[in-house]
Amino acid sequence: MDNILEVTGLNKSYKDFSLTDVSFTLPDDCITGFIGVNGAGKTTTIRTILGLTHKTSGSIKIFGKDMESNEQELKNRIGIVLDLDEGYFYDELTMDEMKSIIAPAYSRWNEKDYKEYLDRFSLNPRQKIATLSRGMRMKFALTLALSHGADLLIMDEPTSGLDPLVRSQLLEIMTNFMKQGGKGVFFSTHITSDLDKVADMLILIHGGKILFEQERDILLDNYRLVKGDNKDLNNENKKLFLNIQTTDFGFAGVTDKLSDVQKSMPDILVERPTIEDIMLAYIDGGQR
Amino acid sequence: MKILISNASDKPLYQQIKEQIIDAVLKGELAEGDPLPSIRSFANDIKVSVLTIRRVYDELEQDGFTTSQVGIGTFVSTGNVELLRDSKRHMVEKKMQELIDTAKTLDITKEELNAMMDILYEED
Repeated sequence: MDNILEVTGLNKSYKDFSLTDVSFTLPDDCITGFIGVNGAGKTTTIRTILGLTHKTSGSIKIFGKDMESNEQELKNRIGIVLDLDEGYFYDELTMDEMKSIIAPAYSRWNEKDYKEYLDRFSLNPRQKIATLSRGMRMKFALTLALSHGADLLIMDEPTSGLDPLVRSQLLEIMTNFMKQGGKGVFFSTHITSDLDKVADMLILIHGGKILFEQERDILLDNYRLVKGDNKDLNNENKKLFLNIQTTDFGFAGVTDKLSDVQKSMPDILVERPTIEDIMLAYIDGGQR
Repeated sequence: MKILISNASDKPLYQQIKEQIIDAVLKGELAEGDPLPSIRSFANDIKVSVLTIRRVYDELEQDGFTTSQVGIGTFVSTGNVELLRDSKRHMVEKKMQELIDTAKTLDITKEELNAMMDILYEED
C-alpha cells in the first residue's frame, strides 16, 4: 500500500496556539477523518499541508513527492474544499464566471465532469455566488474540486452547518469518488456521526497535538463503554479507564481493558462506544 | 452469501466477517473459483472499513481459502476445504471421547448416551 500523504514533524507557532510535532500518514484507497473539537488545530494543519500557511519545521509529502518543491504539480492532483466561512469565492461573480478563473489553473480540467456535477447538485451556473445558500456553496466548491481529475480530496469541515440530507449526499459522493481506486480523501470534521458511516482511518488532534491515528474498526473493536455502580469504583480500577463520568446514579467510562474491568467489577453494563464517545474520552482523559 | 455483523458480539469485526465467509465455503455456498466482492463495495454494503475487508481477504488468502489476482479480484479456492473438514471432524471426535469418558465414570450406558444424543441433536 502506498502513502498518499505523509506529514512528518510539523511545527507551527502562533502567539497563543501551536502545532507540535504533528505527524501522520494517509494510506491510499482510504477515507481519513481528521477529528477534533473547535480550535484543536484542524484548519491550521490543513492550511499548512496546502502551503497556505508557512510552517516552522516539518515535511509534507504527497504521492511520495515533497510538497514544497513540487507544489504546482501536486496541487494539480488535489481537490480542495476549504472552510466555507473563509469566503474564497468572489461573491459578485456567477458560478460560471468563477469557474473560468479557476479552471485554467488545472491542466486536467474536465468541463464534462463540471457540467455533470452542477447538474447532479441542481446548481444553475448563471446564479451569483452571493445568493447561494451554505449547502449550495459547499456543493459548488465540491464541483470545482472534483472537476480536474484529482487523486486526493482535502476538505476542511465540509459538513459543518449543513442539513442531514446534503451531508449524506456529500458522503455518497465521497464513496463514489473512492470507487475509482488509488484515490484518497482527507477531511476534517467535528461531526463524528459522519465518520461512523464512511471513514476508514481516524486521526484525532487536540491542542495542536495528534492524540491517535488508527483504523476506525480497530478503534471500535478495542474500546468499550462501561456503565456501573459508583461504589464498585476504586483508585485501582479507575486507572483502567480513559475517562469516567459519574452521576448520583452510576458511572460511565471508556476502556480498552475490558477483561481487567470485568475482573474487578462483575456487575457492569458493556456497550460498543461511538467514535464520539472515544474522541471525548481521549480529550477528557488527556486533561486529567 | 449471508454476512451479519453483530455490534453486541465481543469478536472483532474482521473475525466475524472472516468466520462467516469460511462457513459459506464449508457449506458449499461459495464454490471453487467464485469471486468475492470488490473490497470497496463489500465494505460499503456491510458498513465496515475497507481496511477491515482488506485484512479479512489477506487472512483468507494466507489460510488458503482464496487466491487473489492483482487487478482482477479475489477468488474462492476449495483446495483446503477437505483438510479443514477433516480437522473439524477430528475436533468433534476429541469432544466425543471426553463425553464418553465422563459417561463411563457415571455408569451411563451406551444406549442411554445414544438416546441423549438423539434428543439433543434433534433439538437444535
